[in-house]
Amino acid sequence: MVNKETLNQTALDVLKEVGNIGAGNAATALSKLVKKRLQMKVPSVQVVTFNEMMEMVGGPDESVAAIFLQIEGDLKGNMFFVLPIEQASLFVRQLTGSVKFSFQEPPYSDIALSAFQEMGNIVAGSYLSALSDFLQMQVVPTVPDVGIDMFGAIISYGLLEISKESDYAIVIDTEIIESDSNHQSESLIKGHFFLMPDTDSYRYILTKLGVATK
Amino acid sequence: MKTDENVVKVGIADMSYCKAPKKIRTSGLGSCVGVVLYDLSKQIAGLAHVMLPDSNLAKGKTMHKAKFADTAIVTLIRLLESKGVSQKQLKAKIAGGAQMFTFHTKNDHMRIGPRNVEAVKKALQRYAIPLVSEDVGGTSGRTIEFNPETGILLVRTVNKGMKEI
Repeated sequence: MVNKETLNQTALDVLKEVGNIGAGNAATALSKLVKKRLQMKVPSVQVVTFNEMMEMVGGPDESVAAIFLQIEGDLKGNMFFVLPIEQASLFVRQLTGSVKFSFQEPPYSDIALSAFQEMGNIVAGSYLSALSDFLQMQVVPTVPDVGIDMFGAIISYGLLEISKESDYAIVIDTEIIESDSNHQSESLIKGHFFLMPDTDSYRYILTKLGVATK
Repeated sequence: MKTDENVVKVGIADMSYCKAPKKIRTSGLGSCVGVVLYDLSKQIAGLAHVMLPDSNLAKGKTMHKAKFADTAIVTLIRLLESKGVSQKQLKAKIAGGAQMFTFHTKNDHMRIGPRNVEAVKKALQRYAIPLVSEDVGGTSGRTIEFNPETGILLVRTVNKGMKEI
């Protein structure tokens, strides 16, 4: 069972490094796609209650655009790439060269949705392939799905498997921001990668990297 | 829906109750189902935010009863009884159980929304609680707020605005 005491400092550092490697690779891929310089914040690794998870990114009611995929293979779990809706719209306009596309209001164009999904595919793929190389583990992602809806409604899908045996989830959260923005506020781009390994998988990761778990 | 102190908030896999003039709310229901049990004459309502259909799915020991449809309904009934409500007076309204993601996977979690709805309805039948109205299924997340004074359940979705059931 996962709880707040399960992870010691070494384990936290190791999981942070996992986030670093994965999201670093993904941020590079995304930078190339949208032709912007992106920077990644130091990943945070947290053991959170489900409600704490729901409060991330502005709370359960917050409208977001998200890419969601499940991971199978040696490493099992869920991964989300979550963006503010305006941000996702901006990316899609850049990718397609069309100024019309927006996720503010449905019906969303099929092209816009598949462009966003493809972006998610590339970005999540680079996160996970870096992870797979680093851990020497087989990581098989499902085809990503797109959700444009309330954050809580989306992220709860990542809690379903974990919820069968625990009331806590381990989240490796990496935020990306635009680095050469002229804006005073920190950035336009603000996205989150959430990697949520299933209980057995995070133990496996730690064992594999030489950290003992209780 | 604005935040105010007259609203009791219920988190995921959790339950609570309220008395008029307070209202009770839960946010960001995706595949989860929000179950409201209420007694209009006493102006009391309980709300559970159910995640999974069946407590048999549980692998651990200490579980939040509100997490599973089967254990949530009976626990909510007992909670309301402890506040002086009779089970016979209770009525139900439910919302949620969307299928937000469709991709193909071995994992049957993607159908969890409809399964949650089914399980909630079955549990309501078992305790002979009439289901007055529902807003379930579809592909959108919901935030719901119940007013025990009027019996109205307000349902908000991201793109379709508010409705009352």
